[in-house]
Amino acid sequence: MSSTRRVATLVALAALPVAVLAVFFVLPVTGMVQRGLFFGGSFDPSVISRIVGRPEIQRALWFTLWSSGLATVLSVALGLPAAFALHRLRFPLQRVIRAGLLVPFVLPTVVVGVAFRELIGEAGLLAPLGLDGTPTAIILGLVFFNASVVIRAVGAAWESLDPRPGEAAAALGASPVRVLLTITLPALRPAIVSAASVVFLFCATAFGIVLTLGGVRYNSIETEIYKLTFTLFDLPGAAVLSVLQLLVVVGLLVVAGRLRAVPDAAQSRVVVRRRPVSLLDLPALASMSVLVLLVAGPLLALLLGSLRVEDRWSLANYVALQTPGFDPPLPVPVTSALLTSLTVAVQASLAALVLGLLVAFAVTRRSRSVAERRVRSVLDGLFMVPLGVSAVTLGLGLYLTLGTGVFDFRDEPWLVPLAQALVALPLVVRTLVPVLASVDDRLRQAAAGLGAGPLRAVMTVDVPAVWKPLLAASGFAFAASLGEFGATSFLVREENPTLPVVILRLLSRPGSDNYGMALAAACVLAAATALVMLLVERLRVPSIGAL
Amino acid sequence: MLSLREVSVTYEGAAAVSDVSLDLADGEVLALLGPSGSGKSTLLRAVAGLEPASGEISWDGRSLRGVPTHKRGFALMFQDGQLFPHLDVADNVAYPMRLRRIPSAERRSKVGYLLELVGLSGYQERLPGTLSGGERQRVALARALAVEPRLLLLDEPLSALDAGLRERLAGDLRRILHEAGTTALMVTHDQEEAFAVADRIALLREGHLVQEGTLREVWAQPTDTWAALFLGYARVLEGPAAYQVLEAAGMTPAGAVALRRSAFVADPEGPLAGTVVSARATPELHRLVVRLDEIGEVDAVADSAPAPGERVSLRVEPNRLAIPGTAEASAPPPAESAQQPPAT
Repeated sequence: MSSTRRVATLVALAALPVAVLAVFFVLPVTGMVQRGLFFGGSFDPSVISRIVGRPEIQRALWFTLWSSGLATVLSVALGLPAAFALHRLRFPLQRVIRAGLLVPFVLPTVVVGVAFRELIGEAGLLAPLGLDGTPTAIILGLVFFNASVVIRAVGAAWESLDPRPGEAAAALGASPVRVLLTITLPALRPAIVSAASVVFLFCATAFGIVLTLGGVRYNSIETEIYKLTFTLFDLPGAAVLSVLQLLVVVGLLVVAGRLRAVPDAAQSRVVVRRRPVSLLDLPALASMSVLVLLVAGPLLALLLGSLRVEDRWSLANYVALQTPGFDPPLPVPVTSALLTSLTVAVQASLAALVLGLLVAFAVTRRSRSVAERRVRSVLDGLFMVPLGVSAVTLGLGLYLTLGTGVFDFRDEPWLVPLAQALVALPLVVRTLVPVLASVDDRLRQAAAGLGAGPLRAVMTVDVPAVWKPLLAASGFAFAASLGEFGATSFLVREENPTLPVVILRLLSRPGSDNYGMALAAACVLAAATALVMLLVERLRVPSIGAL
Repeated sequence: MLSLREVSVTYEGAAAVSDVSLDLADGEVLALLGPSGSGKSTLLRAVAGLEPASGEISWDGRSLRGVPTHKRGFALMFQDGQLFPHLDVADNVAYPMRLRRIPSAERRSKVGYLLELVGLSGYQERLPGTLSGGERQRVALARALAVEPRLLLLDEPLSALDAGLRERLAGDLRRILHEAGTTALMVTHDQEEAFAVADRIALLREGHLVQEGTLREVWAQPTDTWAALFLGYARVLEGPAAYQVLEAAGMTPAGAVALRRSAFVADPEGPLAGTVVSARATPELHRLVVRLDEIGEVDAVADSAPAPGERVSLRVEPNRLAIPGTAEASAPPPAESAQQPPAT
């Protein structure tokens, strides 16, 4: 292929995703930067420092930093032993535990928040511990969510880690602890660092958890943005905070990318037979059990809570889902909100899939020149940014910029699916890129050498390799979209809410009826996402969720 | 001294190693030779304590059952060295000494000595990623020798290297092992590697020990047809053909005979006659395939090159053939021609 045709192909592949990203991501975000930094058309740093200097914003900043840091450390500490046990050992119920521990990864944050409240709240089983509304509760919630990220990312690396260096060290006299500290952990360092940075990112931009568990006392930057916008109508304040968050997040992404790019020293990747459990594995199994309890506890509490009405077992909460609820009623019955959610999720995952595939193909084609490679790597990084920009920032940006002028899309029904697609896009791209990159280019050349045109070569070589990851990625995007709340809450139309939005509304209303309905709705949402994730898990695609 | 008594290893119901008994005296190098899937690596891992095994593995009469790998005092070296990629050469070599809390000054001088022993003086600060395959294997060897292991376990130590390097390093390995007085158990699928490095050879097939002895013993009398072919004999003749060949060599007839490629030499005075099937020139001599009357196809060497179809006479070189162990006792099988080496 001539170089002009190569570039033309690259441009053609990337055109649509780049255009979508430009209008629905870059434009809103830069629009916000403008709003945050240029008041009345001029740049006035004093306004920024005044906003940043506000005590409640300082508190939110500080709280975000330390709670995210602590939650990250705990997630890694609990996730590593579980990753080892689930990926290197062989024991009964392993597959169930493995799938179960991965469910939180896509569980809607709102559901998790409700589940934790049910466990540690006023009427909860653990109410005597007095955790409700404390930072401990928020941190536990963050760990609940993010330990699965560590298990995914590190587990995938650990599973294929060549055991022979460790065996060689053991034969040279290194005790198992010594092998772990001097051989295994250094070899896993890139995976651990990259998992930890992603976890920190998720913690720092966590929205639903902090909103539902933090109450009025604790705010992160993310919830502060939400409150400034909807409660205080302080748009400049919200914009400044969003910009601040964006800077931190992009900085962190760059650092994480650097750390991840640490030369892997050509670690050999192998298929390792899992071994049966021995006495030495008990600490790892014990630590995994703690995590299982942490994950299962709130979910069980949620399930049991949804089945109780006035201290009796009852399905009344579920029956009530067919109605718009009680005083004051919702605009629609909860079941139709579920239907809306499912429809939106189908549209969003389709959009994410099309865009993700285009990006993945554009990024993984072999480059012939330095410039070409640079373009591809910029593209690769560009489509990772939505991962780091909080959904609330995106939602707010879309809300603020798309309401006027040429891009008057605010009331378009496709805006919500598109926003969700943008949120899910990095997950899709990250799932597909490793698969496509691992396809040996010589296979394509062989196909071309046998007379296959470029399209035919893709059909013969790439499509068979990619269809299963593609299915997994779409399921993943579907689950993520079902639970998406941050961006949706800004964009969703009053008369057509999605299920997570409805759950939060029910929660904010007084009365045990509304609360019971919220629990039942959360259970339905959790079941739907868990089901999708379990199907995805059955496809056994290693790169899924391994950001 | 290492002793194995009826050692078996089972993988999910299938036996990978069955009832292997072996002894390895101090200072000796024993090669476990066998094709892939013969269980040789599994046996090595069992000795290292990396695979659960039944039977008895003992050192100096003391059972190693329940002794974890890191307390066995052995060292293990793999096909591709398995240097720790995040440590430089000196730190790799010093790793086992560090584990034993040897003071750093002593470590440094020992590292220098070991690197000199393997021919890599001055490589201390290089990272494994910057070394060639052969250099990496040398560093791995230095690391394995660093704490004077009671037993060095080598898993295909030279297989990842190209042919010329393999040959040179095999000689070095033998020299280094003998200089250091190391007792070693080496796994290999390559009989030349085994012959180049080891003092004794144990031949494994499908988990069973087929034959064990010194190089000379094993070579002079392969236990059966399969062993002969695996050890590098070109063909095995059985039945009447074997009788005829042995008779022509002036030896006691037996049921089978293993022939090297140079067992027959073109000689006008030779007692056997046949037709040339093919001829190929090599730098030193010509290699022929000849169809001997009433015997079948055999390999032969010649100083000049006869054309295919030509008649030639051959004599037999008695020191270039062997009688497989099982053939001596057994009755001659029915008329049988030649067996080809197993496809690899």
